[in-house]
Amino acid sequence: MTPVLDLRNITKQFPGVLANDHINLTLEEGEIHALLGENGAGKSTLMNILYGLYNPDEGEIHIRGQRTQISGPTDAIRQGIGMVHQHFMLVPVLTVTENVMLGEEPTKGAILDRKLVAERIRELSRRHGLEVDPDARVENLSVGVRQRVEIIKVLYRKANILILDEPTAVLTPQEADDLFEILRSLRKQGVSIIFISHKLREVLELADRVTVIRRGRVIGETKTAGASQATLAEMMVGRQVALTVSKHAATVGDAIVQVNNLKVLDNRLQIAVNGADLEVRAGEIMGIAGVQGNGQTELIEAITGLRTVQQGSVKLAGQDVTNASPRRVTECGVGHIPEDRQEDGLVLSFPIYDNLIINSYYRQPYAKGLVVNQKAIEGQAGALIEKFDIRTPGAEVPVSNLSGGNQQKVIIARELNRPLKLLIANQPTRGLDVGSIEFIHKQLVEKRDDGVAVLLVSAELDEIMGLADRIAVMFKGKFTAIVDAKTVSKEQVGLMMAGNTLEEALANAPRSAVQQQEIIT
Amino acid sequence: MSKKAATQSSTAKEAHPAKKQGGVMNAILIPLLAVITALIIGAILILVTEKTVVNAWLHFFDNPGAALKLTWKSVSTAYGAMLEGALNPGGIVKGIGVALRGGGTQDLAVAMVPLAESLTQSVPYIFAGLAVAFAFQGGLFNIGGEGQMLVGALCSVYVGFKVTGLPWAIHLPLALLAGLAGSALWAMIVGALKAYTGAHEVINTIMMNWIAISLSTWLLKVGGPMARPDVPVTPPVLESAWIPRLFTTPGNRFHLGFFLALFVVWLVWWLLYKSTLGFQIRMVGANPKAAKYSGVNVKRLWIIIMGISGSLAGLAGTVQTLAVDRWVGVGFSSGMGFDAIALALLGKNHPVGVLMAALLFGTLKNGATRMQSVAQIPVDIITIVIALVIVFIAAPEIIRTLYRLRKGSISEGPVFTKGWGS
Ligand SMILES: Nc1ncnc2c1ncn2[C@@H]1O[C@H](COP(=O)(O)OP(=O)(O)OP(=O)(O)O)[C@@H](O)[C@H]1O
Ligand SMILES: [Mg+2]
Repeated sequence: MTPVLDLRNITKQFPGVLANDHINLTLEEGEIHALLGENGAGKSTLMNILYGLYNPDEGEIHIRGQRTQISGPTDAIRQGIGMVHQHFMLVPVLTVTENVMLGEEPTKGAILDRKLVAERIRELSRRHGLEVDPDARVENLSVGVRQRVEIIKVLYRKANILILDEPTAVLTPQEADDLFEILRSLRKQGVSIIFISHKLREVLELADRVTVIRRGRVIGETKTAGASQATLAEMMVGRQVALTVSKHAATVGDAIVQVNNLKVLDNRLQIAVNGADLEVRAGEIMGIAGVQGNGQTELIEAITGLRTVQQGSVKLAGQDVTNASPRRVTECGVGHIPEDRQEDGLVLSFPIYDNLIINSYYRQPYAKGLVVNQKAIEGQAGALIEKFDIRTPGAEVPVSNLSGGNQQKVIIARELNRPLKLLIANQPTRGLDVGSIEFIHKQLVEKRDDGVAVLLVSAELDEIMGLADRIAVMFKGKFTAIVDAKTVSKEQVGLMMAGNTLEEALANAPRSAVQQQEIIT
Repeated sequence: MSKKAATQSSTAKEAHPAKKQGGVMNAILIPLLAVITALIIGAILILVTEKTVVNAWLHFFDNPGAALKLTWKSVSTAYGAMLEGALNPGGIVKGIGVALRGGGTQDLAVAMVPLAESLTQSVPYIFAGLAVAFAFQGGLFNIGGEGQMLVGALCSVYVGFKVTGLPWAIHLPLALLAGLAGSALWAMIVGALKAYTGAHEVINTIMMNWIAISLSTWLLKVGGPMARPDVPVTPPVLESAWIPRLFTTPGNRFHLGFFLALFVVWLVWWLLYKSTLGFQIRMVGANPKAAKYSGVNVKRLWIIIMGISGSLAGLAGTVQTLAVDRWVGVGFSSGMGFDAIALALLGKNHPVGVLMAALLFGTLKNGATRMQSVAQIPVDIITIVIALVIVFIAAPEIIRTLYRLRKGSISEGPVFTKGWGS
């Protein structure tokens, strides 16, 4: 059978980077095909070529046996290719219906025919299990639902090849599961899907076939049946990767952060943190577990001075820093890996070397008095790029040209490169490949062993379970339980995240290894 | 099909080394083509406004030669007059010839007057354009150049005629300083309003324009606080506060302020790209949230940016009054503050770009005056030409399509993909 899509010898050169080097890829009808590869391997580039955003330097695209060229997104859609970008391209103030019809508005006379579109949306959502209210305004929808709207937008335009670039990076595990259901249903209806993810578990669970790309080249292709996380990881990185973290018992010191009865509002002025108490000590990793939107982000922003504290106090190494400026908090020795890298953590138009100093540009050696010391700024970049394996042709490249994962590494390099007392890591490995995750995890553990207090927020329960010494479960703006990580199981934490008390969780879920042992001895 | 693919792959292969050139191409080639194209369209407009030419074309086949001749004559008279009025290359060459033959430099000095006048007229444009560009780099849209210029001019002129008995070395700096301080404070009000109440600077700078204009009307009305008893203008600035003119040839108003402008171009460049303040300003301009995250006091910075931007605009007024006009009258700055926005756009918000754009503006405006007196072409034609240049710069696609230029690289186009996955 001729494949739905056949990419042959696709090559794309960026200044100093061969992003795609004669890539071959086939997509069968009704197949979910995962694209796997390190950060900067060239996955997004390949998909952007397929979606007509870039012109390939070489190579051919065949759709259903027909050689074709794709001149732009509109052309891609016309040829049945739809793409769901990570950051959604929706207009927040418009309704779902209006967003879907945007650019392809059916009219009755001179009047937009909203009803017709809404009806088709309902039909699409019924058929594929894409639950969505056509009349809801997009700004009021959660991330997961917005993504559904994006998918509906693509299906509405009758796409039968669907590209998803790291769709699960910002989803909660529950939302990710829902997405997988939808994708499976689409597959059943004959839609062919290309799916990019760094989460090997997801790839194994969802995809039929995997193509692995390394440094712009196809390294191999395999059926997921019979593959394991370890084999995929090795194919990707070219060496064995430790998928779990190894660490010694923590040597805990004094309390570094003390958060007392904290109240903080979110952007809509609703109470997001509602009387939270937390203490993180030197030399430990405190993991905050919780379903996204339970006040984690607001808590972090309050500690780092980015958000006003309404009530309560924050102390850093004994000093009161409640409502202190971000600069002062930083100078107390706090490193902060923010949740949204493009929004808070980077100035995309600035070169890498500038982004590596955006919070220390005013200090020696990067500044001499009021003058920027360009030499020092550029001088230190090389070492950091090397150490953190940031894949780039040079330090002068604007960060916007880096791949998603490499952008994240710029932030991590910057924040870990200062003397720290407290390191706040909010989704530190989001969008990173397994090799990089391994490296970052090692770095976090190293910081902890150096006596830094580490506050880790992650939507990945596995990451929390693997890294944290203690786990604080956050639910509706409060910490409902703070426990020793060794004494609870993943399932128990999951239950607490859903609002159960510690006692309920301990009673109702499988026990952890330590608990088992306690019973035996 | 395959041919198409082949050309495509060859263009793409060149794309790599062409990247750096792409930047240069966009920086120089596109503005240049924009100016040329605008002048060509301007020529067409000149033609259609001339009855004889239109008539000749309507009867083109009766006498094609005459139509073409008329066309050439009309355009060449107009643009010739403009060139002569703005740069006078022919006169200068002649003048040099006379001087070389030992005929004295008098002819050359006279021939240099148009060029000197073009540079003189560029000076306020340089300052005003820098003001807008500087604020832009910090993410602020300063439409208040008009008012800030006026306040700057009023403050310095006030010191210039009111304070007496000072030597030049003190009086002039004092007058300049008064203008700088006045316009900076005037603009900082807008920055403070934005920082502490969230009021948008576009609205407030426009409002402040009206306040400045009304204020000046009151100050300068006949017998008003700053006006003479008989006419609605200020008393003349004392000689001790003049910015000196450098030539004595009649009509040559070229003054020291031009070099001040060049120095300020350098200063703004240094401030933006070499100082820690500039680093913060560009950061706030590019991503205010990241700036806040990295510890910049964004609110304070807004006030500072407005202050500096305002004082740059103020300099436009100050220098113009202390060097050229030497008094202020009602309606002093008409439109300069808005032209400044176009200048910043034309110069891509880069100080050197603004300098180039300002020189172009000054030259065109100066030439237009001559064109009107010699060829009876309305000055508005040049206003249209300038407007066209701006359109072409703002929408470079037009120029690219017109001249079949290739896009330098994708990164300059709109960013479609953005996010974790990109
Ligand atoms: N517009 C661009 N200009 C220059 N270089 C680019 C551009 N886009 C991507 N690159 C480079 O091409 C390479 C591949 O990038 P790409 O975004 O395709 O990686 P990726 O596989 O999607 O990585 P990630 O998993 O981190 O998202 C990277 O080295 C990147 O720096
Ligand atoms: Mg990517």
